[in-house]
Amino acid sequence: MKIHEYQAKELFREYEIPVPDGQVAFTPEEAVQVAQVLNTHDHRYVVKAQIHAGGRGKGGGVKVVDSLDGVREAAKQIIGMQLVTHQTGPEGKKVKSVLVEEASAIARELYISIVLDRATSSPVIMVSQDGGMDIEEVAAKTPERIIKEHVHPVIGLQPYQARKIAYALDIPKEGMKDALKLISNLYKFFIEADCALVEVNPLVVTKDNRVFALDAKVNFDSNALFRHPKIVSYRDLDEEDPLEVEASRYNLNYIKLEGNVGCLVNGAGLAMATMDIIKQYGAAPANFLDVGGSATDEALENAFRILLSDESVEVVFINIFGGILRCDKLAEGVVKAARKLEMRLPLVIRMKGTNVEQGKQILADSGIQYAVAETMEEGAEKVASFLKVKQPV
Amino acid sequence: MAVLVDKNTKLLVQGITGKEGHFHAEGCAKYGTNVVGGVTPGKGGTTVDLNGKQVPVFNTVKEAREATGANATMIFVPPPFAADAVMEATAAGIELVVCITEGIPVNDMMRVKQFMRDYPKTRLIGPNCPGVISPDLAKIGIMPGAIHKKGPVGVVSRSGTLTYEAVDQLTQRGIGQSTCIGIGGDPINGTNFIDALTLFQADPETQAIIMIGEIGGSAEEEAAEFAKKHVTKPIVCFIAGQTAPPGKRMGHAGAIISGGHGTAAEKMKALQAAGITVVESPAKMGETMAQKLGALALV
Repeated sequence: MKIHEYQAKELFREYEIPVPDGQVAFTPEEAVQVAQVLNTHDHRYVVKAQIHAGGRGKGGGVKVVDSLDGVREAAKQIIGMQLVTHQTGPEGKKVKSVLVEEASAIARELYISIVLDRATSSPVIMVSQDGGMDIEEVAAKTPERIIKEHVHPVIGLQPYQARKIAYALDIPKEGMKDALKLISNLYKFFIEADCALVEVNPLVVTKDNRVFALDAKVNFDSNALFRHPKIVSYRDLDEEDPLEVEASRYNLNYIKLEGNVGCLVNGAGLAMATMDIIKQYGAAPANFLDVGGSATDEALENAFRILLSDESVEVVFINIFGGILRCDKLAEGVVKAARKLEMRLPLVIRMKGTNVEQGKQILADSGIQYAVAETMEEGAEKVASFLKVKQPV
Repeated sequence: MAVLVDKNTKLLVQGITGKEGHFHAEGCAKYGTNVVGGVTPGKGGTTVDLNGKQVPVFNTVKEAREATGANATMIFVPPPFAADAVMEATAAGIELVVCITEGIPVNDMMRVKQFMRDYPKTRLIGPNCPGVISPDLAKIGIMPGAIHKKGPVGVVSRSGTLTYEAVDQLTQRGIGQSTCIGIGGDPINGTNFIDALTLFQADPETQAIIMIGEIGGSAEEEAAEFAKKHVTKPIVCFIAGQTAPPGKRMGHAGAIISGGHGTAAEKMKALQAAGITVVESPAKMGETMAQKLGALALV
């Protein structure tokens, strides 16, 4: 689960990880009010678009200004804009708020992040003196500029490790104490908040040797949200695809894609494989959808409703593999859902289980346009042929 | 000799008094697994009915093991408590722990793995997995026994239903399975591809292996390196998620392409470079294995 920069900085403050003085604002007037109470020495402010994506600066979503009028103008421009960055996709994201902060006298920009290293089953802290730029480029072009330090998952981050990291970043002597505290607290936050990723890019050293997090990107382990109600309250539904939000209400795993074949499958691996085989037969999956272990009537109805809300879906492919699954029950559930939702699209259903013949009969009597397949391959073939029939020659 | 589970298995079910736990305990017993007891804290001293037979329930795994001699456990405990259940079983000396539970926080599993280092005798399979089955002998898990058949192919997979798809394709062609191991869809698990390949390589009844991977992490690449040096038996592999978009968690917690890494294409390339046969279509797993076995005159 992602959160906004201003929310991440709120959490950083709680963990005594230094961040610039600032606050979120939802209107230009609010932005001015925030700026008025900031303790800036030189009346320079930064106004930053708040969206769940990076590259905001390049996209025109970050402005440095030197007056309250400047703050108002910048906020007016940014709030409500459709911000397009290399991470948002061409449609961009609508900006609903800005973070107004004191501008900082940046001397150096560094990089620090913490993530799980799956290969070692332990957290790894990655740092680089090349902050303020695309870290993937650094990793690709000059990997030696990235230093990694693995942390023992139970013992935690030891002071000698924090020192090692600080030396690797060439932190000046005057900034050492702050840096060590920051690194330590960042790790503590990563573990206690059950983060999947914490990234500070850039980590700034100022001209007077203060060290703080200029940006904050945090992603949480979805499996751990049950024990973090406060973090759950930070969820911004506007940043998520509406169909995906809808699906999560019914505990369905749904991800919207760009194609025209609606998929309904039981099991994540099989759902991915179904997407793969559809592509191989020249069509494109409209979504990933895992209905989970039991294809109950309710689950089917909810899944159908979500699939059919996507207007680009032209044919529905149901691939349900159940050894003990009763296909007549499945067919009944499918017909019921299709009728209730007045589905007019053709349906290809691959059924694997018991009572297959009875299931086929129920579909035959239903009046729905359908085809039954024995194997995944046959299913994908039939999906493709439904689409071909649709296409004008 | 099948690997991991057979007629000598004495199975406990942690969470046996819950709906899922009870249903699948019965499923395992029906398949022929010797289910000797269950563990639900607070329900010790009671019994549950498994297909008409009364099976004792205990408060702790330690008591259960002492009373029944159990050497395996199947865990159906909800995510907030599942890591604890794994550690309890491990500390009690259970040799094989199969954790079915999906949704365990990653940090919990990190700590579990560390904990288990002090108990080298115990093997964990999962979490977030369908379990393990040795056809015609026994199963610890939720897979449908009827689609399986005893034979020479070992199956190891991160998936559940996609594994059944592969098994079904094999069985339809008269090719049986020695043991099917579901290692699960989480980023941190107890048994990985390398562990499974090691078991299969050492098992005289396994003649060939099917490996089913998916996007996310580098377990398949590491397995490819390992197989190149240590596995002589033929391997056929399918990687799910060739069409998955980057940055999205595709159902499984571990199925995510991060920072451009963990793509299906990368994995397929690494596997091919190691001499492993990679199938592009999930519909061709059985057929490809049949060809391989035929070519080796093993079928």
